[in-house]
Amino acid sequence: MKKSMVFAYSSSIIILLASIWLGVSIGSADIPLSTLWDNKTNPSAYSILWGIRMPRVILAGLVGASLAIAGAAFQGLLKNPLADPYTLGISSGASVGAVATIFFSLSIPVIGVYTLPLIGMVGAFITMILVLSFARLIDRSMKMETLILTGVIFSSFLGSCISLMIALTGQQLREITGWLLGSVSMRGWPYVQMILPFVVMGVVFLWLNRRELNAMMYGDERAQALGVNVKKRKYAILAGGSMLTGAAVAVSGTIGFVGLVVPHMTRMLFGTDHRHLLTLSFFNGASLLILCDLVSRTIITPAELPIGVITAFIGAPVFSYIFFKQRRSRG
Amino acid sequence: MLKVQHISGGYGTIPLLSDISFDVEEGKMVGILGPNGCGKSTLLKVISGIMSPTFGTIMIDGNDINEYSTRELARKMTILPQLHASAFSSTVRDTVSIGRYPHQSGFFSSWGAEDENAVKKAMQQTDIEKYENQYLEYLSGGEQQRVFIAQALAQVSKLLLLDEPTNHLDIAHQKQILDMIRKEVIESNLTVVSVFHDINLASLYCDEVLLMENGKVKAFGPPHEVLLEERIEDVYKTQISIQAHPEQPKPQMTILPVIQEQTKEKRITVENLKLNEEYIEFRSHFPLRVLSSAVHNAGLGWYANFMNRTVKPDYDIEHVKEEYLQYLVSKGFSPTNTVGMMTAVDTSKAVIKSYEMPFGEVIIAVTAGVGNAIDVSQSYKRNNFFEVGTINTWVIINGKLSDEAFVQAMMTATESKAKALQEEEVYDCISNTLATGTTTDSLLIAATQQGELMQYGGPITEVGKVIGRGVFEATVEAIHTYRKGDS
Repeated sequence: MKKSMVFAYSSSIIILLASIWLGVSIGSADIPLSTLWDNKTNPSAYSILWGIRMPRVILAGLVGASLAIAGAAFQGLLKNPLADPYTLGISSGASVGAVATIFFSLSIPVIGVYTLPLIGMVGAFITMILVLSFARLIDRSMKMETLILTGVIFSSFLGSCISLMIALTGQQLREITGWLLGSVSMRGWPYVQMILPFVVMGVVFLWLNRRELNAMMYGDERAQALGVNVKKRKYAILAGGSMLTGAAVAVSGTIGFVGLVVPHMTRMLFGTDHRHLLTLSFFNGASLLILCDLVSRTIITPAELPIGVITAFIGAPVFSYIFFKQRRSRG
Repeated sequence: MLKVQHISGGYGTIPLLSDISFDVEEGKMVGILGPNGCGKSTLLKVISGIMSPTFGTIMIDGNDINEYSTRELARKMTILPQLHASAFSSTVRDTVSIGRYPHQSGFFSSWGAEDENAVKKAMQQTDIEKYENQYLEYLSGGEQQRVFIAQALAQVSKLLLLDEPTNHLDIAHQKQILDMIRKEVIESNLTVVSVFHDINLASLYCDEVLLMENGKVKAFGPPHEVLLEERIEDVYKTQISIQAHPEQPKPQMTILPVIQEQTKEKRITVENLKLNEEYIEFRSHFPLRVLSSAVHNAGLGWYANFMNRTVKPDYDIEHVKEEYLQYLVSKGFSPTNTVGMMTAVDTSKAVIKSYEMPFGEVIIAVTAGVGNAIDVSQSYKRNNFFEVGTINTWVIINGKLSDEAFVQAMMTATESKAKALQEEEVYDCISNTLATGTTTDSLLIAATQQGELMQYGGPITEVGKVIGRGVFEATVEAIHTYRKGDS
């Protein structure tokens, strides 16, 4: 591995570990590092750390990582710098499921409070199937433009479904908008367990196609000439990305910015090679969302801001700075 | 190597290709030519397997391409589609490295020495090593194209399919890229099938060309067999002219513009000729087609001005080229539009004759000195020496002559000059036989190329007759004047 890549990985991992530590230690109760393994000296700190803060930080990390890696993959696949995990409309499907759960006050017996993320995931899954089969119906070779347009059509249709429910709702308005702006608070370990298998599966799907993504940057035809089974790989990448997006949106709402901007920042700092871009976006997405969540819950304590507000608030200036520096040094 | 058998197919239900068959041998370069929309690029896509034909088979190394996996096929052949930019910028090295994809396998990427060498070699061949760590977006179009060709070369497949590889490139880059591909064909036995827009490039670089028309094969074979004037005009529905390449045995075509400049009447008269102290000049407001043996701008070409210049006998012949060029410029002649001759004879001794013919006026101008008179049949007995020419003949015709008429006009004029020397009993002083000319004669045949085409210029044609008579009369008279001046 090249020296620059060693630096890229080590710095990303160090930032992630630091973010996790800040995420679990800062708050209304300060918690020292030793609490991680020592449950004797301060049992209440121990339970805050492992019971409340750690699952929250892990969830934020997983959501941020999922959105960032899915965004990187979609941007590469669609060859469009404006693509993000929400471009294909999968997130709208998850949102419709979640909002409908709140709107109709649905609650499936046995799983109870987990009805919302579950229905959200089902919504995402159905939307993914619909988008892909509709795009395939229009154009068998599934050109990138077809995919993007299909995604836009589904997003706007599902978006109006959500608007309709918002317009008709009464007392759940606050709950719905709160969910839509995104949050990782009060979720706990069960949410982490729920999202984890999808994250693992989605990441494996994408990571197995890292070299194919490199080839597909030069167009489907060139990729095929290079020996990429374009159709199969496209499905795998779309399925992996959709799984990650659907799961992330279902547990935390539509958190913007991470999926669009983290891949760009990573690309600017460490290059376009998807063999590294995917993994590095994963780490950096996790770090960014953990830090954003930290800010969102500490900035106006004891109240909490929706995390979606913070991501762009912190992310945009950071992105602008990197953008500026990188253009200067290269141009 | 590659066998294309009865291919038909196209986009959707519209058949673009119908029953195309041809074979390409290993180590050959084949060009696909044809008008826009004839199915060139589609054929390339079908050959590469990107598009499936509705009928027919493609065989590579004796197997149907469908029997290979995508990755296996990518090791056998590669296609470089027309240049397109990527949405995200990569370095040159990363871009070329992607060419190694079909050779890498396994769960983790395995970048070996073989991969490294292939990438290095491809960058060397395309001369892009110096850009190795630069970003693609900051390179020029020609450099980017070279990077993509390097990517295809790094793939190290035996068959390379190219779609207009030199599109948008200037001539230096066109040449560089095609020279490099040609070199690979010769040295590494690479097989290339390439779509060409430019018929001349295909003719120059390809062993065989495939000419397509409306999705069918119109002709397939070596360039000189396929690229015939009438066939190209028929397929492309245009007017062209085919000629030999100046250096290579390959046909080259030029387009013939329909719009003719009708500003002034394109006729020349004796008025166009002028005698000066130092030279005889001919100036016309339009270029004439000229075949000549001159000092400056000899050979076949188009020139508006001619000069026959008197120089001193001690003229330094060593640096004649540069000196003549500077002389032309100093006298206000455009060097690229002027044919220049030299003589030791005084310009006042020039003979100018005009003949009115049914097809137009013919003007003949001769300066003659017979001091170096020689009998060509006896010239082998002499040692070579070079002095300034002594019989210079201009034949300027208002008419349109074919190439063979030009050559015949030269023969006729030469024979006529020899006859004039015989008539005047000019002797070769060394062999003591009748002379046929002098050691350094020059001849110029020029035609306005207006009016009806005269296919031949032999002695019994209208133009041949006037040349024969005119050159004889003018030369005899010029010898008289020369002798008079001598005595």
